[in-house]
Amino acid sequence: MDITFTLIAQALTFAILIWFTAKFIWPPLMSAIENRQKTIADGLAAGERGKHDLDLAAKRSAELLREAKEKAADILASGDKRASEIIEAAKLQAKVEADRIIAGATAEIEQETFRAREQLRSQVSAIALAGAGKILGREIDASAHNDLLDKLVAEM
Amino acid sequence: MSTEHALTPSSYITHHLTFNSQSIGSGGFWSLHMDTLIVSGILGLITFGLLYWIVSGVTAGVPSKRQAAVELLVEFIDDQVKGIFHGDRNKFIAPLALTVFVWVLMMNAMDFLPIDVMAWVYENVFGQSHWRAVPTSDINTTFALALSVWFLMIFFSIKVKGLGGWIHELFCAPFGSNPLIWPANFLFNLIEYVSKPLSHALRLFGNMYAGEIIFLLLGMWAATGLVGTFFGALLGAGWAVFHILIVVLQAFIFMMLTVVYLAMAHESH
Repeated sequence: MDITFTLIAQALTFAILIWFTAKFIWPPLMSAIENRQKTIADGLAAGERGKHDLDLAAKRSAELLREAKEKAADILASGDKRASEIIEAAKLQAKVEADRIIAGATAEIEQETFRAREQLRSQVSAIALAGAGKILGREIDASAHNDLLDKLVAEM
Repeated sequence: MSTEHALTPSSYITHHLTFNSQSIGSGGFWSLHMDTLIVSGILGLITFGLLYWIVSGVTAGVPSKRQAAVELLVEFIDDQVKGIFHGDRNKFIAPLALTVFVWVLMMNAMDFLPIDVMAWVYENVFGQSHWRAVPTSDINTTFALALSVWFLMIFFSIKVKGLGGWIHELFCAPFGSNPLIWPANFLFNLIEYVSKPLSHALRLFGNMYAGEIIFLLLGMWAATGLVGTFFGALLGAGWAVFHILIVVLQAFIFMMLTVVYLAMAHESH
């Protein structure tokens, strides 16, 4: 139980151990621990950020999808409208064309009728002349009665 | 146990409680307890060498198991210090706390070695008839630590507050700066400065010494016959288990008091 020089020697040992720990053991270990803590904190923050980005991307894609659907609906609607317009226009054009064809045909028919009548008339006059000539024989001079016959033809 | 002496209870205890003392001069003070010095020195070398070996391969990435174990210890100490000391603890206080805890723990843990088996080993393997293996049951060790802390305490007091601030605090704290109560303040501080290293050193010493004594008493009982052997072994086992708690607890308390004293030295009143 006696205090001896051992005390001084032990204090010296203690001092050396403190110095050794403070210089060679504590700092490298602490810096490693702190580095790892920082890495973990950064990783957590990055994860959080990634999650946030994912949320944003999901929101953005939903938005895009909605826009695309709207656009598609618009396109469909305008397509329908355009189709009905084209159909209307085609109907109109067809009608005009038909009218034109009918008018043309009518005109042609009239012309044909007219021509046929003319022909008929001239043939009738010729037949009438021939008939009259046959009936009257030589009594009737074609040149002397041409005026009369022409008048008859014009009346027909 | 030396065979040339008759084995009596008193010789048994005296044998186990005698230091391996080497005189280095005249007078009782000038001697060295070789057992205390060598055991504590070897323990210091082994533990701090081991720590150094592990720390030299330290990585900030995924730690190895041994690094994780050391980190667990270091973070435990760091947490304790953080709660008490508010300042740059990494420079000195926390490494000091680690040193104190680990070294005292290892020295205390020498108490786990079975005393009589080890006495035989010291005697027949190392040729030492007297060898006390628990450095912290030597009052020189505990006072060496406590007084070192005490000097550090005064050093930090003066460093933080200045010499004038420290002397001012000696006379003006804790009761106030009225000149009439200067003596009371000074007396109070004096008692505090005396009682701190005393209680610090004697608490650890007393616990470890008492632990050793109880092992010795149980050993003596075990030598008295079959019943004594049975109960000696049973109680010895029980005390050894309880001692695991004491060893760790006393190392922890010693470290905490060290940190508390040094933290108090940093605070101004």
